[in-house]
Amino acid sequence: MSGFGADLFRLVLKRLGFGLLTLIVVSLIIFGAVELLPGDFAEEILGQGATPEAVAVIREELGLDQPVVTRYFSWLGGALTGDFGISFGNQRSVAEQLGPRFANTLFLALVAACISVPLAVGVGILAALYRNSIFDRLANITTLTSISSPEFFVAYILILFLAVMNPIFPSLSNVSSGLDFGTRLERTMLPALTLTLVVTAHMMRMTRAAIINLLASPYIEMARLKGVSPARVIVRHALPNALAPIINVIALNLAYLITGVVVVEVVFVYPGVGQLFVDSVKIRDIPIVQACCLIFAATYILLNLTADVLSILSNPRLRHPK
Amino acid sequence: MSDDLLVKIRGLKIEGRSDDKWNEIVHGIDLDLHRGEVMGLIGESGAGKSTIGLAAMGFTRDGCRISEGTVEFDGIDLRKASASTRRDLLGKRIAYVAQSAAASFNPAHRIIDQHTEAPMIHKVMPVSESQQDAKDLYERLRLPDPENIGFRYPHQVSGGQLQRAMTAMAMSCRPDLIIFDEPTTALDVTTQIEVLAAIRDIVEQFNTAAIYITHDLAVVAQMADTIKVLLKGDEVEAADTRTMLSDPKEDYTKSLWAVRSFAPPPKPAIIASETPVISVKNISASYGIVPVLFDVSFDIHKGRTVAVVGESGSGKSTAARCITGLLPPSKGEILSNGIPLPGNYRKRNRDQLRQAQMIYQMADTALNPKVRISEIIGRPVQFYTGLTGTARRKRVEALLEQIELDPAEYYNRLPPELSGGQKQRIGIARALAAEPAFIICDEVTSALDQLVAEGILRLLDRLQRELDLAYMFITHDLATVRSIADEVVVMKSGKVVESGPKDEMFRPPHHPYTDLLLSSVPEMDPDWLTNLLHERGVENLGDAAAASM
Amino acid sequence: MIFLYIILIFAAAAGFAWLFRAGLVAVLPRNAAMLFGSMPLTASFGLLMVLLYVFMAIFAPVIAPFGEAEVFDKFNALPGDDPRFLLGTDQIGRDLLTRLIYGGRNTIGIAFVTTCLAFFLGAFMGFLAATVGGWLDQLLSRGVDALMAIPQLIFALLLITIVGQSTLNMILVIAVLDSTRVFRLARAVAVNIVVMDYIEAAQLRGERLPYLIFREILPNAAAPLVAEFGLRFCFVFLLIASLSFLGLGIQPPLADWGTMVRDLSQFINFAAFAPLTASLPLMAAGAIALLTVSVNFVVDWMLHRSSGLKE
Repeated sequence: MSGFGADLFRLVLKRLGFGLLTLIVVSLIIFGAVELLPGDFAEEILGQGATPEAVAVIREELGLDQPVVTRYFSWLGGALTGDFGISFGNQRSVAEQLGPRFANTLFLALVAACISVPLAVGVGILAALYRNSIFDRLANITTLTSISSPEFFVAYILILFLAVMNPIFPSLSNVSSGLDFGTRLERTMLPALTLTLVVTAHMMRMTRAAIINLLASPYIEMARLKGVSPARVIVRHALPNALAPIINVIALNLAYLITGVVVVEVVFVYPGVGQLFVDSVKIRDIPIVQACCLIFAATYILLNLTADVLSILSNPRLRHPK
Repeated sequence: MSDDLLVKIRGLKIEGRSDDKWNEIVHGIDLDLHRGEVMGLIGESGAGKSTIGLAAMGFTRDGCRISEGTVEFDGIDLRKASASTRRDLLGKRIAYVAQSAAASFNPAHRIIDQHTEAPMIHKVMPVSESQQDAKDLYERLRLPDPENIGFRYPHQVSGGQLQRAMTAMAMSCRPDLIIFDEPTTALDVTTQIEVLAAIRDIVEQFNTAAIYITHDLAVVAQMADTIKVLLKGDEVEAADTRTMLSDPKEDYTKSLWAVRSFAPPPKPAIIASETPVISVKNISASYGIVPVLFDVSFDIHKGRTVAVVGESGSGKSTAARCITGLLPPSKGEILSNGIPLPGNYRKRNRDQLRQAQMIYQMADTALNPKVRISEIIGRPVQFYTGLTGTARRKRVEALLEQIELDPAEYYNRLPPELSGGQKQRIGIARALAAEPAFIICDEVTSALDQLVAEGILRLLDRLQRELDLAYMFITHDLATVRSIADEVVVMKSGKVVESGPKDEMFRPPHHPYTDLLLSSVPEMDPDWLTNLLHERGVENLGDAAAASM
Repeated sequence: MIFLYIILIFAAAAGFAWLFRAGLVAVLPRNAAMLFGSMPLTASFGLLMVLLYVFMAIFAPVIAPFGEAEVFDKFNALPGDDPRFLLGTDQIGRDLLTRLIYGGRNTIGIAFVTTCLAFFLGAFMGFLAATVGGWLDQLLSRGVDALMAIPQLIFALLLITIVGQSTLNMILVIAVLDSTRVFRLARAVAVNIVVMDYIEAAQLRGERLPYLIFREILPNAAAPLVAEFGLRFCFVFLLIASLSFLGLGIQPPLADWGTMVRDLSQFINFAAFAPLTASLPLMAAGAIALLTVSVNFVVDWMLHRSSGLKE
């Protein structure tokens, strides 16, 4: 017991280091993929009317005449300080366009997470405890249906019922910086609900599976054979061990939110990163696409990293080394 | 006598759910257990012994249900009792010791907290008192450092210690009845002794009644006052231990007892000038940077069996991996008929590969479940001997006959359609198909029920005599060694401790480790454990604990 | 009122599923009848729907009233405006019913081809990594780890930006990205098989890599891979629909459901006075959802069967 925590610390540190490495590799992929582009940025910007002279001027302006390695580090260095360069589309700074939208997207994801996490974990645990009951079967069919539906289907169904037929929420999320919290929440509600429906389904099914897996362990049977009441079996014997898998499920699904956010923002014309991303892909505005990719990927990696670290911390075998 | 009847089971029938149907797996069992009595439930896998043991607690696993009969504990009908009445009994008056202590302790809590849980929720004694009691019990059970061991987490303690800690936990409320469900099956023989002695001692001291479930006859002979033999959910025979051992009535019981009497006639001595089929010369090997074998040497001659014995982790399977070329040795060499073999199997030619074949412990994983018998045996026939078409089919059929399976019936079957013993026979036929000189048998009988294992041993012996095969027989079971080995190699921690002809090996003086290993193997004599402990100078475990502190 | 409809729809679905199952049991030979007789209603419903979709996709030219790109002079016709066009026409005068049917054919077909590509690539690489092991396994596994560190839709968008928007590009991009998931599963399944003694026996016999992969490993990996194929198809199908919905997937003039949803989405505001018009975008979206649900129901049943009814 003397080395208490030292191993754990090393394990967590190792995991963090690995996360950092992944981030670097991902930044390389994002940067490198663009390098594979036939032609280069300069020709892209000028399009049809590219004369060799104009191309040369732009190349110099953007530093494209520098070697690849130099450009990668200056891009990465810029990204780390929040400078993602200048957009091709409107010649404005990428950071300036991304900033407010990033805050909006974060708000949307946060609202969705606040509704879906307690809901999914609660329903998942109940479904596991009363498995094969009517409740469980109903939850199974409902979640399977909602997983199978594309986000935009869920979105339009919600618009149909909650905006058009019963005008409770606005169907377009016209969010801007000057809004008070209440109005903002109201306008964000429909996209948030859409995300909630999709993510809750995944999260609930995974929680259920994790708990069922746990309840089949011999030590749960042992607890029951000691005459421990069902409630105490859950609270004392199952939950401490369920923590790690549940944390994992939550983080995994929050990461899933990232993908969902893109489509949902487009449906509701919500001014977030996702919408900007899609628009930029259409006009091939590469600096913005790169920046959005990096932001989404970094968030995704950080969430997965958090999950791993938390589940290391909540694993009794690792917390109490030999 | 009738007032001290503790458990009374009448006409117990249990059904299990499979293929969306309920199938009866226990067909009407009666059982009487008196206070302080230890009953051994013995049977092969599928006999329903664990299911019956749990049913005696009024408990069934998911997917099982009691369909008929009564289970009474001290006059309380457990089937009719409410869930809360049953819960009040469980842990307090009826306790359970599971097969795998490592899996049955909750990894999230300290051992002693799990120990005190039952006394606390049943309000038998306060936590502090129960903690003190736990330490006393740990001391009685000869656990090292009884004052502190309970404050560790389960994964910080060894398997044998955990099993004893679980026995202590079962004792925490001083129950009237404990169900022991194969508590020593997962342990090595030398560890098993300690756990067996501890269990027997503590059950005697507190006059606790127990149901001891096991498939090992010799173990049950040490532990039980009475024995009930089960077969496929039916009772075969029940009697007190000494009667049962000396005078079994039923054929099935007699056949179980007879297993250990298989003794093939001795073989002629080795011709000294003859080159061994396989010669292992001073090999050392390591997994990565961890050395696992140190300077191991032995010879295997034509038509003879070398048994390599040792506990898990002794390096006996690693030695086999070196011979097959799966783990190239870092030092030393392996000679086949006097000619050195390449260390890596990929560098060996087809004839070298053909010469040495292998039969595996788990027949389930040794045969591809999606490949038909005709191909499993036919492929090596074709691969090594080049036979195709009808010739190949004829050869496969001949091999099936050799292993005593009817070709007409089994030629086109898939492995999942066979029993464990039949699968092992197919594994033997696959090895024979290569027409080898030498076969490694890796614990080939340890996953099988005793009767079936006996059949496999007889078959291997017959084939050896017919085909002049050399066997390397890896096992931890000394009874098997006694019956089929010609030479014995004892291994411990990657080294050969002792080796020589079988007769010498089983005759003293031994190397101390060989002695420990030999003496730890349970024998059918019900006094064996008592005598052994006496010989080792341990009259009473409590005293020993005090002495060893 | 709405609840009544929902209950009616559920009842009808259950009824059809029951009839379909009974029909299968009556028609099929004994063994197959046993198998299908034991399937739950959800799976039966799923199977029925999948068959209907496949039928519709194959026979689209026969079923559809007009040609896929046939343009009429009557554009933006609402349902009921013209008896020729049951569901009306779009902004350049193509029959919407025809577009819906062909859209199904294209979306399903393209998703199927993409999944097959992803599967061959991923499964082959996965088996190879598991069987050969060592540095090849490390290289492939770490590469896949890196690719999977970026969310799939995001990565797909990045790659589409680079290679340009076209249907073929989208198929290739998604196939490559999705093959990483297949690789993971195939490798995991194969790794569990490779440690089996029968593989060791074959290796010690001197068998070569192709024999090991195709004769020893593949038969044992088939069941989980088939189930995975269903799940991957759903995923790819949804991804393609999403990309098309965003305007970055299947390109015109090919009809497809994702694009139709986007083009028709404004009609949803007419729900109060023209319910049929308002349901047009939902029809396409619902068609996507229904197929995915159906496949999932069937896969669920298969997984449950192969897991040996443990739960």
